Formats: sequence, C-alpha cells, structure tokens
Amino acid sequence: MKPARFSYHLPATVDEAVALLAKLAPDDGRIIAGGQSLVPTMAFRMAQPPHLIDINGIAELNRIDVEGDIVRIGAGVRHAAFEAAGAVPGVTGVWLGQVVRHIAHYPIRTRGTFCGSVANADPASEWCCVVAALDGRVVAESASGTRRIAAADYFEGVMATSRRDDELVTAVELPLLPDGTRCGFAEFSRRPGDFAIAMAMTAYRLVDDLIVEARIAIGGAEPFPRRIAEAEAALNGQPPTAAVFAEVAAIAAAAVDPMEDSNNTADYRRSLVRAMTLRALEAAA
Amino acid sequence: MSKPAERWIGASVPRLEDLPLVTGRGRFAGDVDFPHQLHMRIVRSSLAHGRLISVDTAAARAMDGVVAVWTAADIADLPPIEFREGPIEKLAPYRQLVLAAERVRYVGDPVAAVFAEDPYIAEDAAECVVVEIEELEPVLDAAATPVEYRPGLDTESTICRQGYGDVDAIFADAATVVEIDVSIGRHSGVPLETRGAIGRYDAARDVLELHGAAKVPHRNRESLARMLGRSTAGVHLYEGHVGGGFGIRGEIYPEDVLVLVAAMRLGRPVKWLEDRREHMIAANQSRQQRHRIRAAVDGEGRVLAIDDDFFHDQGAYLRTHGSRVVDTTCGILPGPYRLPHYRVNGHVRMTNKTPCATYRSPGRFESNFARERLMDAVAERLGLSRVEVRRRNLIAPREMPFERPLVALGDDVVYDSGRYEALLDKALAHIGWDALERDVVSRRAAGEYFGLGLAIYVEKSGLGPTDGARVNIHTSGEIEVITGGASVGQGFETVIAQVCAEVLGSDYRQVRVIHGRTDRIEYGIGAHATRATVMTANAAAVAANKVRAKALDMAAQLLQADAADLDIADGRVVRKGEGEGASIGLGELAHHLRPTSPTRGDRDPGLTAEGWFNTSHMTYPYGVQIAVAAIDKDTGAVRIEKLLIAYDIGRAINPMLVEGQLVGGFAQGLGGSLLEEFRYDERGQPLSVTFADYLLPTAHDVPNVDVMLTEDAPSGVNPLGIKGAGEGGIAAAGAVIASAIDDALGSAGTITRLPITPQYLKATIDAARAAVRV
Repeated sequence: MKPARFSYHLPATVDEAVALLAKLAPDDGRIIAGGQSLVPTMAFRMAQPPHLIDINGIAELNRIDVEGDIVRIGAGVRHAAFEAAGAVPGVTGVWLGQVVRHIAHYPIRTRGTFCGSVANADPASEWCCVVAALDGRVVAESASGTRRIAAADYFEGVMATSRRDDELVTAVELPLLPDGTRCGFAEFSRRPGDFAIAMAMTAYRLVDDLIVEARIAIGGAEPFPRRIAEAEAALNGQPPTAAVFAEVAAIAAAAVDPMEDSNNTADYRRSLVRAMTLRALEAAA
Repeated sequence: MSKPAERWIGASVPRLEDLPLVTGRGRFAGDVDFPHQLHMRIVRSSLAHGRLISVDTAAARAMDGVVAVWTAADIADLPPIEFREGPIEKLAPYRQLVLAAERVRYVGDPVAAVFAEDPYIAEDAAECVVVEIEELEPVLDAAATPVEYRPGLDTESTICRQGYGDVDAIFADAATVVEIDVSIGRHSGVPLETRGAIGRYDAARDVLELHGAAKVPHRNRESLARMLGRSTAGVHLYEGHVGGGFGIRGEIYPEDVLVLVAAMRLGRPVKWLEDRREHMIAANQSRQQRHRIRAAVDGEGRVLAIDDDFFHDQGAYLRTHGSRVVDTTCGILPGPYRLPHYRVNGHVRMTNKTPCATYRSPGRFESNFARERLMDAVAERLGLSRVEVRRRNLIAPREMPFERPLVALGDDVVYDSGRYEALLDKALAHIGWDALERDVVSRRAAGEYFGLGLAIYVEKSGLGPTDGARVNIHTSGEIEVITGGASVGQGFETVIAQVCAEVLGSDYRQVRVIHGRTDRIEYGIGAHATRATVMTANAAAVAANKVRAKALDMAAQLLQADAADLDIADGRVVRKGEGEGASIGLGELAHHLRPTSPTRGDRDPGLTAEGWFNTSHMTYPYGVQIAVAAIDKDTGAVRIEKLLIAYDIGRAINPMLVEGQLVGGFAQGLGGSLLEEFRYDERGQPLSVTFADYLLPTAHDVPNVDVMLTEDAPSGVNPLGIKGAGEGGIAAAGAVIASAIDDALGSAGTITRLPITPQYLKATIDAARAAVRV
C-alpha cells in the first residue's frame, strides 16, 4: 500500500501543464486532480506512474461558467460543488444536485472532480452518464491545440476514451436543458455510495401533454454510458403514463448489452436497467 | 457526584476508555515506533497451490536500504506455528510454517520477508523478489472427496464427532424426517485497524518484546517462548489500543514470529503493518460451512433427533485454534431445544484458500443458522407456526441446569440457567408479533414481498478455567486493578472499574485498569470467547473484597471501632448508619499500610490483594431475535424494517455497553448475511481483496436495532451472576435474517445459503412469477 517512487510536478497554468504532459505522457506521466481513483490504484501498485502532474495549483480550472445555454465545468471543480443550490442554473442544476448525492460519500465528493471522473471514464460514473445524457463535450487541451470531443465520440470502452495521453481535460461543457424539462435519475448499488450496477437518467418536456425531447441514458450496465435511441423514440409523442413508462423501460432493457462479471450476471443487470429506467421516468413525472 | 456504593453494577455509566480514542491520542500498533527500527514487507504466493521451485532474493538484497531478505531456508530452525491449547499430534502436519517451504497453499502464503530502512523501500524490494512456483490443481470445495494434502495425509484433517442417544433407531421409526442442505459463506472479522507487530530485543535486559499484541497476550507469550526457545521470563507482550478484535486479531501469525526473530538476529527493532489487501488474504477468515442436516420429528412437532454431517472449509492450514471452530459447532448446535438424540460429524477439510479460525461467535453463527433453518423447515412440513414448533421443543426452567453430553471449547456443556419460553413470550409481545402477522397478510395481498423471521439461541460465555486480578490502592486513593485480561475495545476497563468501585465503595472513575501487559501480572487468558467480563470481573471482585477487608481492618484500629460496624462510601471508611462523624479515606489507609508506617502493625505492607476466580463451566446466556424484512421485487434489495434482540444477560454490569455489544455484533452479522463474502475464482484467486469487493455494512445498511435486555436467569456459576454479551448480537443474525427473507419470498426453504444477495433474490422472484404464469 506504499506507492512506487514517482516525481511530482505542480504547474501553475494550463500551458505549463500541457507542456509537461507533452514531455512526460510518453513516459506514462499522469494528471492528478482529486486522486480518488488514481491514488488507490497507485497504493495497490496497479498503477506506477513515474510522474504525477498535479493540476490543483491551476486556479483558472476551479470554475463553473455559464455562457448562453452552455455550462462549462473546469477541471478543478469538485463533485461537492454541485450540492450547492444554484451552482448550475435551472433544471439542469437541480438535476445535477440530485445526481451528485449518489457519487460515493461526502468526503470523497469534497476531493474528487467532475472532469476527473469524465477522464477516468468508469462505466459506473454518474458524471459520465450525465455527459452522455446531455450530449456534453469534453474539452481536451494539448501542446498542439484544443479539441472539443462530443460525448458520442468520446467514450470508447471500460475506462477507455478518445482522449490522447498528451491531452488534459480542462473542462466539460454541458448544454443546459430548457425550463420545464422533467429530469429523473435512479441507480442501484449494493450499498449507498458503491459503484452502481445500473443507472438511468431521463429527461423530457411536455407539449400539449405529450412527451418531446426525450433523453434516456443508461450507465453502469454497458462498458460506457450512452443514450438509448429506441427507448427515446418510444417515449416521444406519448403521454407520461405508467403504461408508457413500463413499455419504454422494457425497450431500454432489451436495447442494452449488459456486462457480466463475477458479481453480476447480464440478466440481472438487464433487469436493473428496466427497474432504474422506470424509476427515473417516474421520478421525472 | 458519586453514586451510592451499591449502584455501580447495573449502571449505564460512560466508558472510561473513550477520552484518548475520541481525541486522537490512542496508541494503536501503527503509533508504536522505536529508534533505528526496520520495516518488514512480506512477499506472498500469487498462486493458490503450487510447488515452490525457487525464491530469488538477489536483486532485492542488492537494493539500497535493504538490510535482509529471508526465505524459509533462513529460518529453517523455527517450528511451525503451534496450537494454543498444546500439541495435537494428529493435526500437527497441517500447521503453517512461518515462511512456506516446498509448497504454497493459498494466495497470500508468505514465502519471503524483506527488512529495509523504510516501508517504501521494503515494498519496492519485495516486488523484486522473484518467486518461481509450479502451479498445482487447487482444492476449493470442502464438500468434495478429499485428496492428498501431503504424502500419506489427505485434505480431511480430522472429523469431529459428537452426539448421544440412538440416532439411527429414532430416524428409522420417525413419523417425519426433514432434511436440508445449507451453507454459510466465507467471511470474517475485518477490523478497521489492520494487524501490526513491532518486535524489539532489549539486550540491556535480555528481553524480547512484542508490541501490537491483542486478545491473548499471556497465552501468546507462552507459545512464542516455546517456538523461539526462550524462557517466558525473557519475553513480554504489550497490548495497546486495538481497533477491532473480533477473534481474528491477536492470534499468532507468521508475521508476529518474523518481527521477533528479526529483531534478535538483525539487532534492530522491526515494525510490520499489514495493509488492507494483505489483511483480506492473510488474516484469519471464517465461517464457511455446508451442513447436510436432518431432523426426526414426532407427530406433535417434537424434534426427537438431529443428525448433521457438515463440511468446514478450513483453508490452507490449521492455525492456532486447531479444529476449535468445528468442535464448538458440534457442541453448541442443539441450542435451546431439548433434543433427546443427536449425532454430528464435522469434517475439517483443507482447501487452497486463506486459513480459517475464530470470528466473533465461531461455531454459533453457523450452527444457529443451520439449526434454525431446520426448525423453520420442520414447522413448514408439519403445518405448525414457526413459533409453536420452537415452543414445543424448548428446554424448561425446571430442567436447569441442563447437562448435555457434549463438549464446546474443551468444556462439558451444562446450561447453567435459562427461562427460554419466557423470553420468547416477552420478545413476541414486545415487537407485537400477532399484529405483524396481520401486516404480512395485508402487505402481501398488496403485492409486497414482506415477511417475519425468528431465531432462538443459546450463547456461551465466561470460558475458564480461571482468571486473576490484583487490586492496589495508592496513597492518592486511586485504585489500580492489574488484570490478565485484554481489551479489544469492548469496554473492559469500564466494567472492571465498575465492579471494583462497587466492592470498594469508591467512584469508578478512581479506578485504573491495567490489561494486556505480561510484565505486570504473571497469568492471563485475555479477551476471547466472551470471557473477559465474566472471568476478570469476578476475579477483580474477589481481590477487591480482600482489599476491602484489609481497609476496614486498618480503619477499625484507627477509628477505634469494630470492623463489622464500618462501611466504605465515596472512597472513605465510615461508621455504618452515620452520615457525619469520623471517617478515613482509602488513600490515607494505604498511607498507614506503607512498609515504613508505624501504624501498620504486623499487617503485610500495601493496601493490595490478589484474587482468583475459578470456574469449571461456562455460563450460557440466551436470546431471541426477530426480524421484519421487505424485498424490493424489482431489484432484489432487502430492507430490514425492524429488528429485535431479546437477550438474557443474567445480570448487566453496564446495560449501555451490553446493548452496544449486541447492536455492534448484529451489524457484523448482517454483513455476513447480506453483504460480506470472501470469494475465490476457479483457480483459487481471491476476488474480495478491497473494500470495493468485500462489502461491509455501513450506517446506511444497518437497521435500528431494538434491544430488550432481561435479567431473568442470573448465572449460577459465578458470584456476580453475570453472563457475557460480546457475541450475543451476531450469533443468530444469519438465522433470523434468513428466516425473515424466506418468509418474505413466501416459499419456505428457499434460503439455503448466506450471504443472500439481491441478484439471487431477484432471480428467485422472477422464476416464481414465471412459474405462476405458466
């Protein structure tokens, strides 16, 4: 439980950070922000990065900015920031305030970061599911420039993304949902605070009592979170009734290809996708 | 501020030991450091079973800061770790070497030890030790046919056989035979503080010291002295604060022996702290048993005989306990029922997993689960209520003391006292069982999976044969009690202080309790088997009564009174019945009894005395647990809505601490019932090596536990009438949770194994619904 030897770098600006990363990434140099995933893996020596580049000293990253209908979450922003009312405006802020309570436990939330979770891309990450549900964009900066990667192009597998090793995630941009959007979230884990076995995020608006702009994203069940187009299509144009929700939940469950591991069978995960989708839809109604 | 003298026993006074603990000033193993100490890191087998071909330490030894790297060849003179209760020839070949030689038998088996200037270097060097192992087929199922363990010996190390009566004849004629096959998952005590051991050889005094000891320091001193070929006079163990014991902490493990040997041979103190991953593969595991158990029942629901054949997954070696868990399982399984005929075969089977030993309520968590599942099955078969079938079999108060021709922990089983049916009735009334049964009907009608569970059990406590204590009153009036007991955080100091304060008419806050120090008292049996309060408190009472008599005698001379007319109140000797008048403090009396005091006369110096309490039998508390459970049919998640522990403690010294023990124990039992399991894959690789995989219950998961404490059956085998509480909360947790969930499923007998996972429940519910649709 003692990490292997490493060198520690503390850049003061993003430019310094990406310059260091350009130099050290080929040698498995790694960014550390909240350290809530990286530090335990280093303690187990499953990760032995010879260089750590600590971005906690870069003040410009500790910000949540709103421009028009986009919220930009800097790489220094901790999970716990979203627990404060108004941290993010409108229905999106209320929703994120509900979701954040499911991320681990409070001490971890005071340290771990939104962008760190997105960079780590654990299948059970709530924030990754948020990025997928909202079609967010990951801002990846490197010495050779800045890329804005759409969620659909970003997630590639279990803890695998299209971010290059020399790129620093400096922010994630999320579109803000229109007023009146009804948002729901549900997840299941063995204990509160554990990695979820399955989660569902749903959002829609009602126009003339019928559902429009349906979003249904599933996390935890597959290698990475994604929107489930079949389920969204089944929801759009329908009234928000129990029968509709049940049918849509069944469609979502049928659409996923669940992971199987020593703890959970694919069947169980699939049944949880159905239950969580239903609960998220009910919570949104 | 002080209470009347007779009121300390039975008072829920605050714990004396909390101040350093809640202000961060405790001293745990990690807090113990000595100048110039080395740090030890263990290299462990990465395979479950294999032939050890070679261990190449050259690269590690060459590293800066590495002082030594040992393999089995370096300590070939050390014997295997011995059994605490003495040699058992038949089992000796199954003991664990300090470092594995020739064979490795579980993932985690120590094969080398690195000693270095700091723990980082030690771990770096450990990674450079190259271990070559030829993998062999691992044995992972204890119920499978035994195979060779070593030449001439197979993996069935022993079979514990106990019983009485004519079981075969009863089964041949039985009106009904009910048989079940049930299993308990592998789990264990997982203390927040991992193990730690600091060895130090003090050449100036020729004393070898082990710091970080716990549970049984005196017994371990004897074992270690024998293993190391030293006199016990030259070995001392020191217990600091212990961040959770639970039976697994404080046993002698390879690491304890290594730090001592290294401290002597390397001439520097050696510190070892276990990390969490190591703890999950190296510290004692427990519980894993499979019972094929059947009951012969008459037409009235009386259980005439139980026949149990069970398989205990011992893991790779027999450690300090030998086969004790299995012996206890056999001896305690009949529980509170009369049971005229009984036969049990406990197969101690070696596998290629971490070795098993005792964990809080060893043998009872398992046997209560098996027996109470059987009683539920009997009720179902006969169409009786689960309460009624138990009621018909409970031992009656007039049958007490109740002797069974069985042995548990080396002790003949004699239930000293008990009013089992009375406690059952109180528990049912307390929780409102009849109303809950109506709730079951209505909530099930509404589509819920909702049920009640019940378990009745007999605990054991107060393991003898003896315990001693020395009470010494200083001239300040402060009372020191030196015990051979140990504290694993259970409130030991507080209860011993309460008993002494009561006897001595002093304030319990004036009492300082010493424990876990082999250099302060010669003998001690420590804190295990729910013995510490029963044994040490009674011993302390004996010693305190002697001191009291001496104090009164001295005071009688000084106050010119008859000792019989004197009493002690608020730490002062007074004339009985006199509120005012002459008095003399205990500290002043100690002053009069100092060696040079002219007033002491021919009395021995010191206001001090030693007392011993001897017992030939354990004392048996008992309990009833009732659970109310609901299952979420969409996820399989279980919610325990209500949980009652009704428990007869005989006499509570500190009811608050008793309640704490029961609730804490239940929380652990809930873990083993619903969450915790050490799982292994098909190659014997452990799958539960972090707290993300081994799920401990958290505050979210543990229901409010309602404790109903009764004192209806004081112990008949000790003067204070007390019984133990340490394991009473966990003992029936698996039994009662299984019973409630089984009932909630509405199909009796579905729950046959612990832990009960949501995935299993979801699949069960879905299968039942599919069957209904078909």
